[in-house]
Amino acid sequence: MGEVNLSQVMDRNRSFVDRIIEESGQDIRQCYQCAKCTGGCPGAVHMDYPPNQIIRMLMLGMKEEVLKSKTIWVCMGCNTCTTRCIRDIEVAGVMDILRQKAIKAGYIEHAKGVISFNDSFLWTVRSFGRLFEPGMAIINNVRLGNFMKDMQFGLPLMLKGKASMLPHRLKGRREMANIFKKTVQGGK
Amino acid sequence: MSKYALYPGCSMETGGIEYAISSDAIAEALGIDFLEVPDWNCCGASSAHMTDHLLSLALPARIMALAETLPVTEIVAPCAACHARMAAVEYELGRDNDLKQKVNSLLERPYTGKVKLKYYIDVFSNPDTLSQIEKSVKKPLEGLKVACYYGCLFVKPPKMVNFIDDPENPQSMDNIIRALGAEPIPWPYKTECCGASLGVTDEDLCNKLCNDILRFARDAGADCISAACPLCQANLDMRQVTVEKKYGISYRMPIPFFTQLIGLALGINPNSLGMKKLFVDPARMLKKLGVA
Repeated sequence: MGEVNLSQVMDRNRSFVDRIIEESGQDIRQCYQCAKCTGGCPGAVHMDYPPNQIIRMLMLGMKEEVLKSKTIWVCMGCNTCTTRCIRDIEVAGVMDILRQKAIKAGYIEHAKGVISFNDSFLWTVRSFGRLFEPGMAIINNVRLGNFMKDMQFGLPLMLKGKASMLPHRLKGRREMANIFKKTVQGGK
Repeated sequence: MSKYALYPGCSMETGGIEYAISSDAIAEALGIDFLEVPDWNCCGASSAHMTDHLLSLALPARIMALAETLPVTEIVAPCAACHARMAAVEYELGRDNDLKQKVNSLLERPYTGKVKLKYYIDVFSNPDTLSQIEKSVKKPLEGLKVACYYGCLFVKPPKMVNFIDDPENPQSMDNIIRALGAEPIPWPYKTECCGASLGVTDEDLCNKLCNDILRFARDAGADCISAACPLCQANLDMRQVTVEKKYGISYRMPIPFFTQLIGLALGINPNSLGMKKLFVDPARMLKKLGVA
């Protein structure tokens, strides 16, 4: 019996898969589908494809399906999959690269909430140096057009003395601005 | 006297303020010196590493470079999410010199790697400090059943976060709780993710994960869940009412930080440990211990 190549990537998307392997530093071709990643994944119940299928789809060159999936946005990065992977693949690290690729490719149907949250979070970090939660919440809610979102937590946090009223301003603000400028082109 | 650089992180001044208060109180009692990193910035958390790889390394690298100005050899971050980001700096820049140079070109002060990241719980669970704690206990927490909750980011994956304990069934916090005279109960959700990073964007899933953790702790007979991360703690504590409503279960499970429990056993007044800052009232638990 001849050799069977189970990892035959569709030629069309070979370069995409190669880039994922290169950028994540993870040789996903080592995966033999034991599905331990999925067994331990706390988010799997809310995903459209479980993590092991995402890895298999990548090996088959299914670029659009993977980048458009809900899965990559449900992943919380808890690293249980990475910890348990018997083939030593950093599955959660691959998910990070896929999220960055999906944003660049404009596949953000399932990601509007996450992207809005991340951008609002990073806006306060870029502006002040530290996270300023009230500012983040307001910007996020304006972006999403949902002004009352999470407001049930605001008053209790204030009453417990757990909300900062004014942002702390860093001395190294210029350095911070430079970091953002040179990495995410001035932020969003 | 043990001395560490301390990276408090943004949550320690807001949602996790009682973690900061109690950490300071027990550090003073035990003679541990925490030197705050000067002019520290936000580590970028999951928002940075979902957005840009270089940004996610440059932000924590700036913190670690600033720590190198202090007379210390180790840095600690009480927040598991901050710890994980600094661990990524050590792991990735330690293996890749080109990447290290690229990150350093963004910083005013270069990161050399001479100040090493230490796992925060180990500040108290290392053999010397643990035996010191054991000797300093004034009010043993007798009869208190504690579910030790480590969360995910302190422990996973062990090769990247310098985790010195078992990532599936860690013992470091359990050993502290035992030294305080309380009983650390065996339970299966010690290192399961609570979903805090999805708190704003996918509440359904976040509520489910919190409910699973609360249910397993209750079924295992816990009087409280001892937390080690301000994000996990805020999620399980502040969100508990929402979870109870959604699932029709009443838990009323106090979620103290492990540093607060150490403080109680050392005989420090509950008010000096920020016990009143907890959302789920710990009164019943304190009464059981005879301190309220």
